[in-house]
Amino acid sequence: MSAKKTMPATATLQKTVLGEQLRSERELRAIVATVLRLAKSLDIEETEVHVEEVIDELTRFANNTIHQHMAEHGLTVSIRTAVDGRTARVTTNRMELDALRTALEGSLSLAASQPKDPGLLPMPGKQSYRAVRRFVPATAVLSAEHRARAVKHVCELAERNGQVAAGIFESGQSQTVLGNSRGLAASYRQTQAEFSVTMLHGSAASWAKANSADVRRFDPLSLAKIASEKANRAQNPVELPPGKYTVILEPAAVLDLAGFLFYDFAATAVEDKRSCFSERLGKPLLGKNISISDDVYHPEQLGAPFDGEGMPRQRVVLVDEGVPRNLVYSRRSAKKAGKKPTGHGLGLPNEFGEAPMNLVIEGGTSSLEEMIASTDRGLLVTRLWYIREVDPYEKIMTGMTRDGLFLVEKGKIGRAVRNFRFNQSILEMLRNVQRLGPAHRATGEEAFEMVVPPMKVGNFQFSEVTKF
Amino acid sequence: MWDYCGHALETARLRRATYADVRVMHMRQRDLTTKNGLVGTLGQSESLGLGIRVVANGAWGFASTDALTRQGVAACAAKAVAIAKASALAKKENVHMAPEAAYVDSWQGPCLKDPFEIPLETQLELLLAADAAIRGVKGVTLSETDMQFRKIDTWFASSGGSKIHQRRVISGCGIVATCFQGDAIQKRSYPNSFGGQHILGGYELIESLELLKHAPVTAEEAVALHSAAQCPEKTGTLILGGSQLGLQIHESVGHPIELDRVLGQEANFAGTSFLTLDQLHHLQYGSSIVNVVADARAAHGPGLGTFAYDDEGVPAQCIDVIKDGQFRGYLSSRETAHLIGLERSGGTMRTEGWNRLPMIRMTNVSLLPGPWTLNNLIADTDDGILMETNRSWSIDDRRYQFQFSTEIGWEIKGGKKARMLKNPSYSGITTEFWNSCDAICNAGHWVLWGTPNCGKGQPMQTMGTGHGAAPARFCKVKIGTAFSRE
Repeated sequence: MSAKKTMPATATLQKTVLGEQLRSERELRAIVATVLRLAKSLDIEETEVHVEEVIDELTRFANNTIHQHMAEHGLTVSIRTAVDGRTARVTTNRMELDALRTALEGSLSLAASQPKDPGLLPMPGKQSYRAVRRFVPATAVLSAEHRARAVKHVCELAERNGQVAAGIFESGQSQTVLGNSRGLAASYRQTQAEFSVTMLHGSAASWAKANSADVRRFDPLSLAKIASEKANRAQNPVELPPGKYTVILEPAAVLDLAGFLFYDFAATAVEDKRSCFSERLGKPLLGKNISISDDVYHPEQLGAPFDGEGMPRQRVVLVDEGVPRNLVYSRRSAKKAGKKPTGHGLGLPNEFGEAPMNLVIEGGTSSLEEMIASTDRGLLVTRLWYIREVDPYEKIMTGMTRDGLFLVEKGKIGRAVRNFRFNQSILEMLRNVQRLGPAHRATGEEAFEMVVPPMKVGNFQFSEVTKF
Repeated sequence: MWDYCGHALETARLRRATYADVRVMHMRQRDLTTKNGLVGTLGQSESLGLGIRVVANGAWGFASTDALTRQGVAACAAKAVAIAKASALAKKENVHMAPEAAYVDSWQGPCLKDPFEIPLETQLELLLAADAAIRGVKGVTLSETDMQFRKIDTWFASSGGSKIHQRRVISGCGIVATCFQGDAIQKRSYPNSFGGQHILGGYELIESLELLKHAPVTAEEAVALHSAAQCPEKTGTLILGGSQLGLQIHESVGHPIELDRVLGQEANFAGTSFLTLDQLHHLQYGSSIVNVVADARAAHGPGLGTFAYDDEGVPAQCIDVIKDGQFRGYLSSRETAHLIGLERSGGTMRTEGWNRLPMIRMTNVSLLPGPWTLNNLIADTDDGILMETNRSWSIDDRRYQFQFSTEIGWEIKGGKKARMLKNPSYSGITTEFWNSCDAICNAGHWVLWGTPNCGKGQPMQTMGTGHGAAPARFCKVKIGTAFSRE
């Protein structure tokens, strides 16, 4: 067969090259309906079908040039069956009828091969959901060429400033449709754009990043300018002794550290006695200026308004003025605790139960500038890196400062400082917060995006110093 | 599958790509967990798709699809070329690749017992029995077990003429006992933490682990840790158990030698490396007894970094990384090899799946064994601490300063293993640490540990790597800092 004959129609190719789009929701619902029909024909007691489609494109640059540039498009169907108190899941990305039947039968076979679980609940029936609009056409149509041109401008800025740029510009869209044999039907779609840039100036570096459903909410070049200015200022760092310092944590640093609390708010984690809130609910634990909720409906959040079983997500106040008050519950953990499910369950079957995915830490009114101006001696922290849990109950975390650590003296930003290792309890940190800035969607590298404020914190413990 | 590969390559050629390689991958996975006597996760998944990487206008493009039709594959290849042309808008120079011969081959990794052919009932029965054995120990508040199996078929073809099929079966298993008491949580894991041991192999791994024999001991240690003395804060002699040393190698040798990090290509996310190009053949990385290789060949063992060809179609190789303490080699690719004077790639480009770009990854980065038995090493240590099984790990973005904590420690006094210590930790600077190594245990203690969860790249790719290690001793190490409140 000649090469020419093997080429698809030009129109199809053009559409693909210029920007792929998600299938219609109706097409995904049809897949759900097909599986549910197959399940009915096999007389399966209960079936849940979760169809997910992802389009993601990412332009990656380093050394002032694009070195990786990728696109992916995938569709998966995940089928869970439940029979006589037993449940299991099979996932495939093959949509032919035979493949769907094989997946369905596979799930049934897995489910049947285990002991009965007395705590397994029947699947939920039809639910109603609060509408969220997180699909922005301007993001969905972003092309490889558009991203490449934006990156080119950033690289030109770096070169003008004698610096080297590295980073990503990512845009994507996704949709999910969930249905079960009891009539539950849920769907959601969103777009997401992200720009992250590191500017290297000799051996110094700094960083800026933004993430939003709407690519128009951030400007790559403006972010690059911030990173460039800070990288310039980060040169020739001085070495300070480790110890306890007042720190001003920029939002990414707050996010990446405090974000490690998220699973501790799961009712199952408390039941399993692996949460730092075990035996501490209702008792003063954090500073009175700390209130935390989980709120998928916050205007700066992303994510579906339903959980892994299709239960509607609720806003939950987790910490109220320093006192941990509530947890999030799946249907199972709620029944065990005599509570109502909060819509935070993970897809079944799983051993983790549930998790809040949309934390909001209430902010204050101090600007970053006011925090700096109010500090006699302290450190301004751009971001934290490689954070890991040292002690699960005191929630001691270790990690490094990265990409811009600056001395603050007499209300002004001064010299750059060599990076420190910290060993700091998050609980203790949230008892020592002196000032809070306004809370906004923040993005880092260790925790998923949340709405958090910048913080000024006293007695933050740095234990060692590195060589740069 | 070869038809899809050929069609993708031909489409790329017609659209004026000057180089292309394509991977069709079929990935199957089974995950089983238990918790407190109940089945937790129980699932299987499969994913089949194609990814094509091209050079056009001198720049890279990559696209992937699960639409395995002639039309879908052609559209994907066309998209990869269009992306490459967009990349060229911001290129500095044309992509240069080291030459590599064309290979036509088929290879299957070691697997004595296909885990997907073992009845699920058998697998769950074993995990539930181990779970029960953990809970049989008074004081345990949480018992967990897991098994994970993967079977990955890759069909690789390149415009250079290679056609390579590889099948790799990966098995993993572990158990964990957790004990909450007073104001502390302690846990012990077997045979390793964070998912246990993982190898390139089949169900024979699970059978070799003797879970039921080890479950009660694991649980008893988790409970006993609450009564143990706190690990002191001091500078002293440290003996690391094999699995912890495997992770130490991963973080403080494996990552710094990745040439893409060294060249700044990972500066925005994973970071860079202190091992700048001028250090090659000059840096005294470790003491003279330290020998580290990066070995992807089957002869090295059934590691997560074992294969016959990497994802650029380059045959598996063994590279000297540290020889008699001196830094000798990086992990390289076809694009980066010439930068360190190599005529060909070291064969370390690997991809997580069909929808991801191959990138430089660790293979099996292993510390070669020394002459000591563990008993002799302990007998030779007057005052030290033995630390086993990782609990936390962290290192800076240039891989200088690290801190690890482990699940358990043992005081060594007068050449004998003495009391148990809780909350052990140690920290240091990479080259100072490796230069303080004064004893390494022998091949009888050497295990090729699997790290299944190494994250790198944007979008993030998770990769399995192998790390052979036997217990080893280090002098004048900073100990106990993680729990210091001073």
